[in-house]
Amino acid sequence: MKKSIPKVLSAIGKGRGGVNVAHNKNTAELPVERMPVPQSVVLPMQQHIGAPCSPTVKVGETVSVGQVIGDTDKFVSTPIHATISGVVKAVGDVKLANGIITKGVTIESDGEMRLYEGITPPVIENRQDFIKAVRASGLVGLGGAGFPTHVKLAFPEDKGVDTLVVNAAECEPFITVDYRECVENTKNVMNGVMLLKKYLGFESVIIAVEDNKPKAIELFDKYIRESGDFSIRIMALKSKYPQGAEKMMVLSATGRRVPPGKLPADVGCVVMNVASVAFIARYIETGKPLISRSITVDGSAIKEPKNLRVPIGIRIQDIIDYCGGFKEEPRKIISGGPMMGIAICDTEAPICKQNNAILAFADRKDAIKPERACIRCGRCVEVCPMGLMPTLIERFAKIKDAEGLQKSHTMVCMECGSCAYSCPSGRPLVQYMRLAKQVLREESAKQ
Amino acid sequence: MTKKLTVSPSPHVRSSETTTGIMLDVIISLVPAFVMSVVYFGTKALALTAVTVSTAVLAEYLSRKAMKRPGTLGDLSAVVTGLILALNLPSTLPLWMAAVGSVIAIVVVKQMFGGLGQNFVNPAMTARIILMVSFPTAMAKWVSPFTSGWAADAVTTATPMASLAAAKGGDLSLTQNLPSLTQMLIGNHGGSMGEVCSLALLAGALYLLLRRVISPAIPFSFIGTVAVCMLIAGKGNLQFLAYEILGGGLLLGAFFMATDYATSPINLKGRIIFGIGCGLITSVIRIFGSLPEGVSFSIILMNILVPHIEHLTRAKPFGFVEEKKEKQEKEAAKA
Repeated sequence: MKKSIPKVLSAIGKGRGGVNVAHNKNTAELPVERMPVPQSVVLPMQQHIGAPCSPTVKVGETVSVGQVIGDTDKFVSTPIHATISGVVKAVGDVKLANGIITKGVTIESDGEMRLYEGITPPVIENRQDFIKAVRASGLVGLGGAGFPTHVKLAFPEDKGVDTLVVNAAECEPFITVDYRECVENTKNVMNGVMLLKKYLGFESVIIAVEDNKPKAIELFDKYIRESGDFSIRIMALKSKYPQGAEKMMVLSATGRRVPPGKLPADVGCVVMNVASVAFIARYIETGKPLISRSITVDGSAIKEPKNLRVPIGIRIQDIIDYCGGFKEEPRKIISGGPMMGIAICDTEAPICKQNNAILAFADRKDAIKPERACIRCGRCVEVCPMGLMPTLIERFAKIKDAEGLQKSHTMVCMECGSCAYSCPSGRPLVQYMRLAKQVLREESAKQ
Repeated sequence: MTKKLTVSPSPHVRSSETTTGIMLDVIISLVPAFVMSVVYFGTKALALTAVTVSTAVLAEYLSRKAMKRPGTLGDLSAVVTGLILALNLPSTLPLWMAAVGSVIAIVVVKQMFGGLGQNFVNPAMTARIILMVSFPTAMAKWVSPFTSGWAADAVTTATPMASLAAAKGGDLSLTQNLPSLTQMLIGNHGGSMGEVCSLALLAGALYLLLRRVISPAIPFSFIGTVAVCMLIAGKGNLQFLAYEILGGGLLLGAFFMATDYATSPINLKGRIIFGIGCGLITSVIRIFGSLPEGVSFSIILMNILVPHIEHLTRAKPFGFVEEKKEKQEKEAAKA
């Protein structure tokens, strides 16, 4: 008789705070659809955290899918690849969805999607090769933060990192692409986990899914049983925002607490988004770099909500048009989820590597409550997963009291938005948190 | 693109809870106590409440106008203050005195310190204390239910708390005219308009707790501390304890006034300390003081301490390690 193994783990650590936001996972059962090749793509040289790349192609040059078109020798950055085949039409300033202007390469499609002949599966013998390959793949955290993955994986070997946490919580409302990754590419995820274990020496792997996705949990359970490797475990987490936040994740999965200003690696963990893990498996197998990603297109203003596989650099407007356009005039368009996403002002901007959703709202979902005086009800304190007192930080920020802000541990705030969500007086607390951090940054610049 | 899009900081969704909604919940929770006050004290109670509420609203409107600040009537907080003040008054109080109370609460205590959320003491409670000090006779003229406002001659009576003051060491045989415990529950005895009917107050309190408008921390630690003190003072006499809990303004104060957001701590630990402090001061005044009742003073005194309580109970952020500890750990790691 085989020893019975607990089917699904329940969370080990218990975090405080958090809010129950309506899940709105309307697109959960819509399979990811591959979008047709767009006429052109714009590939910004700075898409996420890290050093910007410099273009390595010139106007008029012919490029093919997967060819490097931008790179840098800085460590905290990843190369950028052509996501369609065609001709470089422009190299110059482009505007991103958040309004930032950066250098970018515009490619006009020849419609062929011709694969670059230099693409071969990477040869990996050891840990160094693996990290190098991950960098070359152009991978960044696909969950939304967009931190270059190889940097996360390049922790010192003697640091005592023993646990890999695969983040499939997807606690942001509306977004379902990680869930689709779990149910459509379960095999890829498992293979990715095996590769990470092999080259980075993780002793245990925890695949963490919120308990509102029973199908994903069931599938992983099945695959784990088939693999026979029980150092990989599946964990069902309570569906409570912000469950997927890195520090919350580490606590739930391992019971370890990441101290302020520290990284999960400091407590022996690496947290990776589930889509990033699956991508690593596909890349090691085919050598095809990060040229496309899945995104959820939803919201009350979108005619046909969809989950789409889109080439990186595609215009947001092209995606919206493919989804039938707007059924009502949108009042707010969000890149990312409604809790931490960015409201965009221009649908001409391109999709970047870390964008996981485009949400367009016509109704009053985005309505901001009338802003009234703080009544000190304490709801923000109650829900803050980081144990802060947002209303006090707001007061200190307004009078630019750097000492008060320091003592209130302002920098610990991860801007999850739980405080502003629950504030009955409709105060823009996240904005005040950012202001508070700015006050502290200015103060430390003075010294 | 010609269409105009809203750009604002995240989060882009908000909970449905609003300040006005919370105030409305507080008003709803006070309705049973208000209805019972009208049942017991008749038209006089109705008139008194109408005066305090309308004066409070008018005072709020005029003071915001005079300060050239945006109007805040929409948040309903002035209505709450007026209503709570009325429930804290004896039904016999001349209407003009009640109006003075409302003006003190809204103009002096609330608006002069910056309006909603900025006052450092509870407006209605402070107004009540100022009225008590200014008009001691009128503020201590208690009548039996069903006599004033209904009949021509009001029968004056003592409050249970005044009778209970005679019960030294919990000996109830020393008291006179003490109503039965059933009467204490349904409120058929002398006292402030809103404090008499314990059942109505408990119903309102339950509503606030279920709606999560108030957290149980303050009322439970407040009443719990009073209970422990009275158990000791009453030498374990449970009947005495029941009178102490149901009598006076304890239930009204603990559930509806000590929980006032603006004047109580925002964190759980602070709230528990605040509640225990209120309970201790109330008990000390009731046991040793010459006043029969101490709830108002205890709440006001603890209100003043709120910033200090909050400062001393500031929570450690997630994963925070004390610097000293960290150093020790490092040294231990080195060794």
